[in-house]
Amino acid sequence: MTLDDLHIGSILVSTVRNAPVLIFAGMAGLFAERSGVIDIGLEGKILASAFVSAAVAYTTQNPWNGVMAGILVSVLLATLQAYVAITQKGNQLVAGIAINIAMSGLTFVVAQYIFQQGGRTPDLGSARLFDVVLPGSAAVEHIPFIGWLYAHLIGGHSVLVYLAFLLVPLVHWVIYHSRFGLRLRACGENPHAADAAGVNVERQRYMAMIIAGVLCSFSGAYLSIVQSGFFLRDMSAGAGYLALTAMVFGNWRPLYTFLGCLMFGFFGAVQIQIEGVELPVIGRVPGALIQMVPYVLTVIVLAGLMAKSVAPKALGTPFVKSR
Amino acid sequence: MNKDLPRWATAFVMPVLNLLSALLVTALVIHLLGESPTESLAILVNSAVVNPEGLSYTLFYASTFIFTGLAVSIAMQAGLFNIGAEGQMYFAGLGLTLAMLAFDSSLSPWLLIPTGMLGAALFGALWAFVPGYLQAKRGSHVVVTTIMFNYIAASLMNTVIVKLVPPGEQNPASRAFSAAAEMPRLNEWFPVLGETPLNISFFIAILALVIYGVVVSRSAWGYKLRATGLNKHAAHYAGIRISKMIIIVMLISGALAGLGSVNSIMGSTHYLSLNFVGGAGFIGIAIALMGRQHPVGIFLSAVLFGALTQGGFDLSLEKQNIPPETVILIQGLIILFCGAMENLYAPVIAKALKFKK
Repeated sequence: MTLDDLHIGSILVSTVRNAPVLIFAGMAGLFAERSGVIDIGLEGKILASAFVSAAVAYTTQNPWNGVMAGILVSVLLATLQAYVAITQKGNQLVAGIAINIAMSGLTFVVAQYIFQQGGRTPDLGSARLFDVVLPGSAAVEHIPFIGWLYAHLIGGHSVLVYLAFLLVPLVHWVIYHSRFGLRLRACGENPHAADAAGVNVERQRYMAMIIAGVLCSFSGAYLSIVQSGFFLRDMSAGAGYLALTAMVFGNWRPLYTFLGCLMFGFFGAVQIQIEGVELPVIGRVPGALIQMVPYVLTVIVLAGLMAKSVAPKALGTPFVKSR
Repeated sequence: MNKDLPRWATAFVMPVLNLLSALLVTALVIHLLGESPTESLAILVNSAVVNPEGLSYTLFYASTFIFTGLAVSIAMQAGLFNIGAEGQMYFAGLGLTLAMLAFDSSLSPWLLIPTGMLGAALFGALWAFVPGYLQAKRGSHVVVTTIMFNYIAASLMNTVIVKLVPPGEQNPASRAFSAAAEMPRLNEWFPVLGETPLNISFFIAILALVIYGVVVSRSAWGYKLRATGLNKHAAHYAGIRISKMIIIVMLISGALAGLGSVNSIMGSTHYLSLNFVGGAGFIGIAIALMGRQHPVGIFLSAVLFGALTQGGFDLSLEKQNIPPETVILIQGLIILFCGAMENLYAPVIAKALKFKK
């Protein structure tokens, strides 16, 4: 392969296909963190819902059952996390890491127990979510560029992809233009002021965590029942942390977070494309080194932007009602 | 709310209750998997503690875990949550191996073993330096950067180890070191231990615990360290240079995690292999939280995880539905109960004590 084999077109298409995992998790993280709760447990929730979605979709041969089950599990985990962070006033970082590690172990153990395939689920086959073919795709297919744009870049993805992209303006509206969002941000910036204004800070944060749980579950479901078509041990591979970083990159704002997710999705796409390609000067880059790209990028983003970004002021501090 | 309780309650009763809660949830999971928790516990205890060979393996694993536990603990003393012990130990294995490949035919064991330890500590510290530096100077959160460095280490080592495979070999591992690079095993003095890899690393680990205890709670530097962890702003006003402290602590933390690889490689396999760390770095997090960063606590927690690892292997042979990965679940639960929910039982204990009065 040479450099000419790098198709911008297919890179763009796989960017669109990579991004939803990060977008769902990023939007989930936004709700949690704008309310003042650090959500480092995204990774564990993604993994758990990826497994449960795949397992239920396979057993019932219906992807939507899988998605529903994934939501349930992710919300349960989010509620546990909320209980620890809000009611117990425990360390939110530790709680998140605990969930991530526990899920890494539990998903393997249960997958092994049910399917006996070394911690993976069987291929979902027809239980995968189908790709939507936009009406008229066949008619425009032969038109150069427009046909590709309509049938492959815009069309031809699963429903969850569209949900992810539609979610962004919705989240933006909820956070900046709804009463709920105003209260949410107040809890994240100055919970005492919110409390004085009559907002139930703890309840608001619980609600934020549950919403985060729901959104995060789509990330896992997408990973297993759309992207790969099976569950694999530790398949989230840091997606939760990448989403968090996209959020830091985006300054805890939905639209910029979305751009951060697209950026990671794009580099992920380039990474897949570039494997085995003979590059000028460098030559062939070993696959294992290319795998490092998103992680190195995360570190660079954090190093470059963390000092400048403005986190919610009360992020990570449990709310203790003043008497 | 902790301050109202007597020391014995916070230092002993609560950690034990938290640990029991984690184990209780594990028992429930085992029950749901269709196995008997009590039977499993009996197998585990028998294989990891009662049987001298098993006990020897337990202490062998514990020697590594003490180092990773210390690595996470010392960072925690400064208020830093180092999730990167896994990657630091993995990368340290490379430092150790490079030192061995260069010197194992020329140096005597007396020089070779310290050289290996130095190589490991150096590379471990190096891997922790970047996250530490970025936390200190750029404010990049050490939790996320160290996790990223775990992933980076995994990819990097994949590439490097392939290059170290001797010609004609298939196994992704470096060549075996010479006999001079083997840590002296304890079964030379105690034959009852059988053919087990327990070696002098165990004593080095205990020495490290003692040094850690003295430095953290008895030295001026340790005071500064804890001051940084308790209140960064107050420490800053007291004249402690926070960013320098963060970098130094991360270097020490990485070096300690790195030393964990000495036991795993020079004490057992004698070559560098893929994924030799096997989660020891993450276990360090559980150990630090469960042992409350106290040397005695770290020791006891490390032995407990040594037993879980050793017993877990035997258990998986007898009980098909309980794979060794169950230990990862227990780890997560222990971090949850002993770390995040450490005050879960405080109100109950406070009530019980008041009632007595």
